Amino acid sequence: MKRYFQPEIECASRDEIHKIQSERLVKQVRNVWDNVPMYRKKMEKKGLTPEDIKSVDDLPKLPFIEKDDLRDEYPYGLLARPLSECVRIQSTSGTTGRRVVAFYTQHDIDLWEDCCARAIVAAGGTKEDVCHVSYGYGLFTGGPGLNGGSHKVGCLTLPMSSGNTERQIQFMTDLGSTILCCTPSYAAYLAESIHEKGVRDQIKLKAGIFGAEAWTEEMRHDIEEQLGIKAYDIYGLTEISGPGVAFECEEQTGMHVNEDHFIPEIINPITGEVLPDGEKGELVFTSISKEAFPLMRYRTRDICILSRKKCSCGRTHVKMSKPLGRSDDMLIVKGVNVFPSQIETVLMNQGYPANYQIIVDRVNNSDTIEVQVEMTPEMFSDNLSVVSEKEKELVNGLKAMLGIYAKVKLVAPKSIVRSEGKAVRVIDKRNLYQG
Amino acid sequence: MTVKQISVFLENQPGKLAEVAAVLSAQKINLRAISVAEASDFGIARIIVDDVFNAVTILKNENYICSITDVIAVEVQDEPGMLANMIAVLGTEGINIEYMYTILGKKNDVAYMIIRTNDDAQAAKILDAKGFRIVGMDAMK
Repeated sequence: MKRYFQPEIECASRDEIHKIQSERLVKQVRNVWDNVPMYRKKMEKKGLTPEDIKSVDDLPKLPFIEKDDLRDEYPYGLLARPLSECVRIQSTSGTTGRRVVAFYTQHDIDLWEDCCARAIVAAGGTKEDVCHVSYGYGLFTGGPGLNGGSHKVGCLTLPMSSGNTERQIQFMTDLGSTILCCTPSYAAYLAESIHEKGVRDQIKLKAGIFGAEAWTEEMRHDIEEQLGIKAYDIYGLTEISGPGVAFECEEQTGMHVNEDHFIPEIINPITGEVLPDGEKGELVFTSISKEAFPLMRYRTRDICILSRKKCSCGRTHVKMSKPLGRSDDMLIVKGVNVFPSQIETVLMNQGYPANYQIIVDRVNNSDTIEVQVEMTPEMFSDNLSVVSEKEKELVNGLKAMLGIYAKVKLVAPKSIVRSEGKAVRVIDKRNLYQG
Repeated sequence: MTVKQISVFLENQPGKLAEVAAVLSAQKINLRAISVAEASDFGIARIIVDDVFNAVTILKNENYICSITDVIAVEVQDEPGMLANMIAVLGTEGINIEYMYTILGKKNDVAYMIIRTNDDAQAAKILDAKGFRIVGMDAMK
């Protein structure tokens, strides 16, 4: 069985990787200096010129960029290529409702799909496989990324997208899907539905590639047992490309970062200082190969650990742990990024007070989000349908802002606990982060 | 002539309505009538009391959200067919009833219907013309 999609790079020596990274980084720094005013300004502020970056060892000299920079430069500010060379846009939600849009040239799409192909091959995928992609298609990177990777491997690709579980299971049984790609919570839901329908013996799945949200080892174990598969984790973010920035191999002890395209660093989220391997801190990525939308030292806000321990799979690329938490208040609900500030914006726009609480839970393997907001005299009426109408307006406003349904619960004034210090805005009952 | 109704926002949870009743009774406010409308997570208690000003002051002090609405109170004889008769009049004239509930009169054989319609002024005019007696807060004391 073929174990690697691109063995020459996936198993390259550390010296080779260092060389490739250095070459690409130097080129990329020159590229952003010449083409992206924001980077030049940031570098000038630190007294840097492209000549100061001679190898990957100089990476820590470069300034960070953050999600706010992406918002400020929306939509075209960070483009390093003319729009005429771009062939695709993908998007994800931003902190204050303004979305993050990422641009891709054909080269960028190719390298992204290569990364996804590496993940599929690592999960045992070959051209004999039927790859069932149940990530959402559209602006969300999940579907398009794995779809492209599946093509590159030569799998028969089923672009199912998300939802319609009946049809998912029917295609799975009728067409003999062997690799399932979706969020772990949807995999768990599918597994349960398959058992309920009593068609477990008719499915031929052997592996699953699950990502876009946090999941635990227990969940992995349950899914593996229920579906009789091996479940692999995959990591990515739209800003850097999408799924496939890092992926798991058969050792299942962390995800290999595709270091020839994305250089990871772990920093102290408060001081910004680079931490040694094995220490827990915020994950930072530099995309050294991308043309249209290269990000230099982008702070992901995911808390992780990097490990360079030799892996039994033969790959030499550094491994990152599952995200162990966030250094900001972002929530991932149903695979969608949700910031409390987005919810606050909607509440303010509709005249509600800033006293609210967000309750996130997982019911029947599906994420739920509830926004509790205190009733005000202005919102109140003796007419139930008037109040219900306002409630509905809020639900619609949240849906438009977040892209997902959030339940609204109007509660009595002063019923949301006021805390002395920082307000407890979010109660996440899922306990997804370990470690 | 209208009657002042107090509407109170309540979370849809056991004991919430009892709290309102207790707060009012502690201050010797007489609850003449109560009607509850509920959605999935919240409800609205509509109440008629003898002393509106004091009741609202007390409720606001206790952090309740409440509002006052003018509603029509119509005297109806406590006999079969009287209510049907009154509603039929409104229906015929194209008045839509949004909600309605009853208060027992203090004198025998009389009840009051509290009515909120899509056009209260017109409803009162029609009822008056048909010989129904519209009462005010005096009847609630």
